[in-house]
Amino acid sequence: MTSITANHTAQDNQPIAGLKAQLRRAERMKKIKAMLLVAPLALFLMIAFVMPISSMLWRSIDNTEVGSVMPKTADAILHWDGQGIPDEAVFEAFANELRESRAGGGLGRIGRRLNYEDPTFRSLLTQTLRGLPATTEVTWTEELIGINARWNETSTWLAVQRTAPTVTDRYLLAALDLERAEQGQIAKVAPNQRLYVEVFKRTLVIAGGVTLICLFLGFPLAYLLATLPTSKSNLLLICVLLPFWTSLLVRTAAWIVLLQSGGLVNSGLMWTGIIDAPIQLVFNRIGVFFAMVHVLLPFMILPLYSVMKSVPSTYQRAAVSLGAHPFAAFWQVYVPQTLSGIAAGTILVFIMALGYYITPALVGGPSDQMVSYYVAYYTNTTNNWGMAAALGALLLIVTLLLYMVYHKLVNQKQLVRS
Amino acid sequence: MKLKNKMTKQLLTGGLLTAGLALAGNAQALTVISFGGASGDAMQEAYYAPFSQQTGNAVTPGDYNGEFARIRAMVETGNVSWDVVEVESPELARGCFEGLFEPIDWEVLGIADDLIPAAVTECGVGTFVWSTVLAYDADRLPRAPESWADFWNVEEFPGTRGLRRGAKYTLEFALLADGVAVEDLYDVLATPEGVNRAFAKLDEIKPHIQWWEAGAQPPQWLVAGDVVMSSAYNGRIAAAQEEGRNLEIVWNGSLYDLDYWAIVQGSNQAETAYDFIRFASQADTQAEYSSRIPYGPVNPAAIELLSEKQAARMPTADANLEGALAVNTDFWVDFGEELEQRFNSWASR
Repeated sequence: MTSITANHTAQDNQPIAGLKAQLRRAERMKKIKAMLLVAPLALFLMIAFVMPISSMLWRSIDNTEVGSVMPKTADAILHWDGQGIPDEAVFEAFANELRESRAGGGLGRIGRRLNYEDPTFRSLLTQTLRGLPATTEVTWTEELIGINARWNETSTWLAVQRTAPTVTDRYLLAALDLERAEQGQIAKVAPNQRLYVEVFKRTLVIAGGVTLICLFLGFPLAYLLATLPTSKSNLLLICVLLPFWTSLLVRTAAWIVLLQSGGLVNSGLMWTGIIDAPIQLVFNRIGVFFAMVHVLLPFMILPLYSVMKSVPSTYQRAAVSLGAHPFAAFWQVYVPQTLSGIAAGTILVFIMALGYYITPALVGGPSDQMVSYYVAYYTNTTNNWGMAAALGALLLIVTLLLYMVYHKLVNQKQLVRS
Repeated sequence: MKLKNKMTKQLLTGGLLTAGLALAGNAQALTVISFGGASGDAMQEAYYAPFSQQTGNAVTPGDYNGEFARIRAMVETGNVSWDVVEVESPELARGCFEGLFEPIDWEVLGIADDLIPAAVTECGVGTFVWSTVLAYDADRLPRAPESWADFWNVEEFPGTRGLRRGAKYTLEFALLADGVAVEDLYDVLATPEGVNRAFAKLDEIKPHIQWWEAGAQPPQWLVAGDVVMSSAYNGRIAAAQEEGRNLEIVWNGSLYDLDYWAIVQGSNQAETAYDFIRFASQADTQAEYSSRIPYGPVNPAAIELLSEKQAARMPTADANLEGALAVNTDFWVDFGEELEQRFNSWASR
């Protein structure tokens, strides 16, 4: 009985199975086509987005400079116990590899890396390199100590040892105003060197402040744009977009001209007698807010406008006709419907503001510089890409965390409202 | 058909030959890379054109933005297409240490005695001098300030002062204001006590300082009356003077820095490069260059060939060199990061 049924179903299933296979094949073809269609974008994202960011993240812990130029030294010194000075084998490997490092820019890499441990290393290496004897039949320990007595100090070799492992946490720690003390425990840096925790806080405060100001200024304007007749709103929209067509630098410079002590704003205020002496409006936090809000405002207005455009005005009128106070109707009926626009606008402005660099550099004072200013400083001026990457990586992590929290909040709110 | 084929062949070989000849011709030309702009134009007139004319060696000029990575890539791949490059002093120090530039054989070059001492280095030959000076608007001050001590004197010279936002120059000026002698400056600054002393001195005028970022800002602020005096690049002040502004320069305590010619490691034109550098270091060519742009000649003899007005503006004029000091680039390459971090930490407190 069972076998008959089984047989029966098997026969019945055959065409179905064939159909299924066909269906699967068709599905697979579709999938492949879809994948081929997105392949260029995926490839582009890989090359332009994922790879640079992961290589940046890697650079923040990368410690391979000395290991790649002086593999034998790095290997040998990792086995040293950190007491006294290392044995002859380390000295010999170091002397030989130092001599060879001149080719191919190796010396520059190790010089830069060792200088982070102690700023006098570069000159020590130069001097040592000049003093190295031509022969190899010497005791390298004596020879190096003869060139400079610092090779007889434990701290010198400890510094070399710290550069030997493949990865290091020194950049990430330094970006948080921390360092490894002599015994390897994590400690705060000296008070007069502490900087970056403050800079991160400042970056978030400025970006947050700019976002809030943009929201308060942008919301009413977007509302006006969405409710005006098209002919008028188009004209206004052009005014909103106009700054987009002007270079960022020009706009920033224009603010300097307007806000400086002898500038239009100050002389206008003095002429009307509101103030007696010019007030400091630029090269401080006020100037940064002015210029950044101006540049970023369109990024708030446009998402708000596009959402508000799709909100029918009838809902609000219905609420009022049902007896709601006009403000209550606005706050409880209209605003919740624009929430997705607010969410998009604020996150856009906030994240763009986090990366601001040239505007605060030009219209801010020394206590208004944001993280990206230091990233640029380490990238361009001192070539310390480890430090630049560490600051960038931390900013990325902070941004992602904030984004996650924000995403949760917005989603919850939307759920509650609906 | 056959004829046509033959013709094509001839045309092809002919074309290849011309291309080959052009390439061979290029290989003889000396490639000189500068920062371009107004300075590059002045170099073209003062150095490149007369050099080709007088020696018959063609010069292929080019410009770059100081991208060190390009030089490194050339040296490391062995594909060196640049011969002589204009570099700023920190890049010269780094590149020399890394072996990216040929060490200069001063015996062969033989012009060391003609140049100011700062122009003679291991891998580079100075080509012009620019200076960071104390500048002020003569119309706004009761009397002319004479030194950095006057810059610090907020009683006699009330008002905001401009300084470059950064540790470089600022710390030097603070120590000069504190009475450190010019010749001991970097010895003092190299000690932790010296750095503390500089920051303590800066504390005195911290509320009176407006920090500038771009070289164009100090003359603009001085003219607009935002600041009564400021540190500034001498070239910028000279440009403002030319526009008729009554800005004055205090040369005492100025810090000068040089741009250098360096020969890229592996260049096969070292000999022509030496000829070129020698040519560009002569008094007459240097004077020609400096008459076109307010950068000081490294060859002091060139000053005498300039007009009196121009000569007075040169950082390397005898009177202006008194009390001036060359920036110690090696010091800043080694200690710059640490001091900049401390400066930023101090400035934002």
